[in-house]
Amino acid sequence: MTVLFIVSLVVALAAVHRPLGDYLYRVVCAERHSRVERGIYRLIGVNPAAEQSWGVYARAVLAFSAVSVLFLYAFLRLQNHLWLSLGFDPVVAHGAWNTAVSFVTNTNWQWYSGESTLGHLVQMAGLAVQNFVSAAVGIAVAVALVRGFARSRAGAVGNFWVDLTRITVRVLLPLSVLAALVLMIGGVVQNLSAGTEITTLTGGDQSITGGPVASQEAIKNLGTNGGGFYNVNSAHPFENPTAWTNWWEIFLLLVIPFSLPRVFGRMVGQVRQGHAIVAVMATLALASVALTTAFEVSGHGTVPQAVGAALEGKEVRFDVSNSATFAAATTLTSTGSVNSFHDSYTALGGGVLLVNMMLGEVAPGGVGAGLYGLLILAVITVFVAGLMVGRTPEYVGKKIGSREIKLASLYFLIPPALVLIGTAAAFATGNHRTALNAGPHGLSEVLYAFTSASNNNGSAFAGLTVNTPWWNTALGLCMLVGRFAPIILVLALAGALARQQPTPASPGTLPTHRPLFVGMVVGVTVVLVALTFLPALALGPLAEGL
Amino acid sequence: MRLPTWLAHHLAALRALLVFTALAGIAYPLTLVAVGRLPGLADRADGSIIEVDGRAAGSALIGQSFTDADGRAVPRYFQSRPSAAGDGYDPTSTGATNLGPEDVVDVIATDPDESRQSLLTQVCARSRAVGELDRVDGRRPYCTADGVGAVLAVFRAGGLTGPVVRVVSVNQTAPATPFLTGYAGVPVELAQPGQDYRAAGATIVPVRGDAPAVPAVPADAVTASGSGLDPHISAAYARLQVPRVARERGVDPAAVERLVDEHTTGRTLGFMGAPGVNVVELNLALDETFPPR
Repeated sequence: MTVLFIVSLVVALAAVHRPLGDYLYRVVCAERHSRVERGIYRLIGVNPAAEQSWGVYARAVLAFSAVSVLFLYAFLRLQNHLWLSLGFDPVVAHGAWNTAVSFVTNTNWQWYSGESTLGHLVQMAGLAVQNFVSAAVGIAVAVALVRGFARSRAGAVGNFWVDLTRITVRVLLPLSVLAALVLMIGGVVQNLSAGTEITTLTGGDQSITGGPVASQEAIKNLGTNGGGFYNVNSAHPFENPTAWTNWWEIFLLLVIPFSLPRVFGRMVGQVRQGHAIVAVMATLALASVALTTAFEVSGHGTVPQAVGAALEGKEVRFDVSNSATFAAATTLTSTGSVNSFHDSYTALGGGVLLVNMMLGEVAPGGVGAGLYGLLILAVITVFVAGLMVGRTPEYVGKKIGSREIKLASLYFLIPPALVLIGTAAAFATGNHRTALNAGPHGLSEVLYAFTSASNNNGSAFAGLTVNTPWWNTALGLCMLVGRFAPIILVLALAGALARQQPTPASPGTLPTHRPLFVGMVVGVTVVLVALTFLPALALGPLAEGL
Repeated sequence: MRLPTWLAHHLAALRALLVFTALAGIAYPLTLVAVGRLPGLADRADGSIIEVDGRAAGSALIGQSFTDADGRAVPRYFQSRPSAAGDGYDPTSTGATNLGPEDVVDVIATDPDESRQSLLTQVCARSRAVGELDRVDGRRPYCTADGVGAVLAVFRAGGLTGPVVRVVSVNQTAPATPFLTGYAGVPVELAQPGQDYRAAGATIVPVRGDAPAVPAVPADAVTASGSGLDPHISAAYARLQVPRVARERGVDPAAVERLVDEHTTGRTLGFMGAPGVNVVELNLALDETFPPR
């Protein structure tokens, strides 16, 4: 059953990644603007024909994101004055900062419970809007980087406003409508009700919550955002009612990240380069899904042994194995929605989830972010390979010179630095004491929080009280730097690559579409992550599980 | 007049955000709300509410507690899984326990408000309670007969390697009897409230005991779900409860068994998820078919 479940997902993704990738390619490379889009450009006041240098593109990304953070912050602080607030108070300042940053950075870390903190309007017109545009920003930046590889002697990497608009209007909105309709058929709620009061069979009271859930659920997974409408996210029967909606949600969160390498292959004119990237993603992803499932099903640990299964924090309708598949998929993409509670996973199963995020969200990663992250790793790999065999480092016809490798190395270093410094700061300042569990598990909880925030995943090990000014501020900073510093470096790299003239492949060029190269990228990724994080992992999940 | 570039960027950004808020934040969800009014979809979009005699009695997707005002199980109903949502199955306060796999030592403080049961003790206590309610063997591995985690704090001379000098059963306090009389030749003491034996240098040793490897009480009966609203129990837990429910309602167990079978859903398409029994629907059917005496 478990194997069939995973195989069916692989088959569905293999079937869809090509047509969807081709469609995405046509969207980002199209010459013509539709009438709706021309209308939007007029409303925004931008000239869609004007291409931008990497610096201008980056400033547009940052301006859009800065305005988004301020807008969302104000929205959360003023929600009590707005329609459909359900009588909730304004969100506290440090919480509003954290949530605004969280949704704008595509992290969707949540310190709050949706059902007891936020009104319907702020969920749909505040948070869900960022679910769309933060996903579009990720894809836009990835496309700009690919343009850097595809173009030569060019000063420009595209127009941010055009990319943002097209990806939202032509890709994310129509796919979300489709995804939401499927979810509604499965039983996901979609209404504006404040709730239905019922009397239970034994005479108790129960308040059945309402809300525009299906519309948010669709983009939450499709855009690898992960912020649940309710506190318990995709474990909630109103977000994920059946075993097959669970399958559908896993499919949604994987489908765009696995289709984007096709866009890369098409844009650089060598489809096989895209295949190599997909192969790296798939190798890491399958290994991780297999490990997570194996650890959970074997149920190692005192409490799972006493229970007879690692069923704490998991739903009967998903069982242990379908829960584990969701957990692996949500941490491998930077989604962070959960259908079961990672804190109660076996020590090693939870450890794999932690490593999934530590990989830097590249297997397949968040929408866009996964592709640019993996291209950075490919650049580092050709550099390492060049050093080993004395070949000139080149990747898809571009020389990897000192500027390029400096940008790539800096990119790789940012998230680990944030994770390790953040974790150390929590312990140094005593803020780790809000963890529910003591000992190695407590360290895992703190480490998981910083890993999730810095890599823009947003899933939580929970079991950690993060609704304090220190935690909300620190994690907000990690999310902000972990998202935008890499984006600036990626765009700088795009600019540097676009300026180069193409280097024709020579006998000295390392072929980057062969299994050998795929294996090398996987190896470099795993080795880099192991070197960076093994000491921290040894004190947390490894100490607990071995 | 030309605006400075940075200001032009931010103005464009603000206008873009407002356009997308109108599109993705208002038009998109409201269109779907409107679609959700269509016949056939409306019930589901509203939360799959079940009405009994024209009165909303629950949602087919959201579990309920079948307990009385004091939290005791009402024996004529099938019982749901344990829940960490508020006081149990509270949709305004969903949640999981978030306790880890090695959470085995209770915090026993002198002030009961600061005490906390470990996940292991919660599992053991639930297993024992279900065993008593349904008259089956409630024993589990790593659990004491009185329903707490069977865990020892072992002190050795010289830290980790020397001979055992003192052993405490960390989850048992007076007037309980230690679940083992001796360990490595040292008598086992009961725990004193307010003591942290781990911090005092002891090694924590869970003791497997002689409980059957496959306990009579199923796994879902002793674990809280992720949402705290899980509407399902396993088929095994439902079958375990049949004799009690039949007895309480004075009906033939075979008839109740048939009702359970009717409400057991298999795996979707044969390979997705797990078989389960929707407890709310089952109990509603039970009330309808065999009204309580």
